[in-house]
Amino acid sequence: MGGVRTAGDLVARMQLNRGMRIDAAKKYVAESLGVAVSDLNDPIVMGEVRDDKNIFWISEGQTTVDGIAAKYNISKLLDLDINCVNRFLKNTGLG
Amino acid sequence: MSKILTRFGDGYKVELTEDEVKADIEEGCNDAASRAGIEPLARDEQEHIFEMFKNQDTLVGIERGREVVMTYDGMSSKIRRAHIVIDRVQSLQVFERALGADTLELSHIDYSFKPCKPINGFELPDLDLLLNSTVAPVYYGAMPNLGLYSQPDGPCPNPADLLPLGKIDEARQAYEEAIEHAVSDIVFVASAMYEAGVDGINIDTVGAAGDADFLTALKATEILKEKYPAMGIEMGMAGEFVLGMHGNLSWRGVKLAGLYPQDQVRLAQQAGATIFGPAINIVTSGTLPWNVARSVTFCKACSEVSEIPVHANLGMGVCGIPLTLTVPVDALSRATKAHVEICRLDGL
Repeated sequence: MGGVRTAGDLVARMQLNRGMRIDAAKKYVAESLGVAVSDLNDPIVMGEVRDDKNIFWISEGQTTVDGIAAKYNISKLLDLDINCVNRFLKNTGLG
Repeated sequence: MSKILTRFGDGYKVELTEDEVKADIEEGCNDAASRAGIEPLARDEQEHIFEMFKNQDTLVGIERGREVVMTYDGMSSKIRRAHIVIDRVQSLQVFERALGADTLELSHIDYSFKPCKPINGFELPDLDLLLNSTVAPVYYGAMPNLGLYSQPDGPCPNPADLLPLGKIDEARQAYEEAIEHAVSDIVFVASAMYEAGVDGINIDTVGAAGDADFLTALKATEILKEKYPAMGIEMGMAGEFVLGMHGNLSWRGVKLAGLYPQDQVRLAQQAGATIFGPAINIVTSGTLPWNVARSVTFCKACSEVSEIPVHANLGMGVCGIPLTLTVPVDALSRATKAHVEICRLDGL
């Protein structure tokens, strides 16, 4: 679907960790982000959405929220436990 | 009547008439249906495959809105296979950021859980770096590869030595002993990786050593899911049919030898897998219309009964992709389109 260049990574998370099939996973992600399902694989729309929501985008020379920080925001947006985020919170005493 | 340029399962080109392509598609469907006891593709689905092959454009594409996500096996060795010397973490960053991969998979070059166990402590820093520098879900993947537990490579008597001597009970005991070792190794490695932050485990090429190999994956999945209920587990198969190398193994009352994808997936989801990957063998002497139609028939039956996402293993030599290191894009795109659109797959 395009991974972090679109919303492919987010749909994949719902499949891997919630066992959702593709249509349910796309619908869940679209509703969580406040976009149409048809926008999920659009790199133009998703670039702006990802930038607005601080979940990493291909920004070419501009700053972006990356790594664990981006995954923390994804965890909140999707209401999904992300293993490495939980581990980070535990290790830092933030969670 | 104009000819249609397509390929054999080994990748070499062949020109066929329209009638020959239609006949191959029908025969491929019927072959899968008769082997697995499933329905052949409907006429309109066979026609859909025919139109893909009749279209002589180099690339064909998925209908807009039907895009699916992708998972991988042996991902961190793929770029190095092209003789590009690159670190594993960097190669996965290239996959994520340049190539748009939906998921990432850290893996050891010796892609089996047994060799991954003693070097586990040296895998963890790479995993840590990867998790800190990427955004997509991260798997750790390897194969059960039960063959590694047989002498001279492993601790168990070798069934391939025992069977020709007529020592069937001893061969079966050897498989059963190997299962326990392999389950222990998978659980050890997967637990360490999960406790270090990985999102999921990819148990790949399951069934390569037959029914004992499949039972290993089911038992390991069951234990891991009990231990870590939120763990994502993908189970990808080695072939379309579980070989009865032991011949008398069951899991939850279901005999494993002889199972086809529509039954394999039921057991995988019962064990706790969150994604299942059917793998349909290519027949190198068969044409791609025949191979694609055959593979789609198997995978459609699997997808229809599945409650979990199905990612068909479209790779070199499986699911209608020619058995070659450099896969022609005309072949790849046609197999992909046929599987996604007809089987209603969730991923590849």
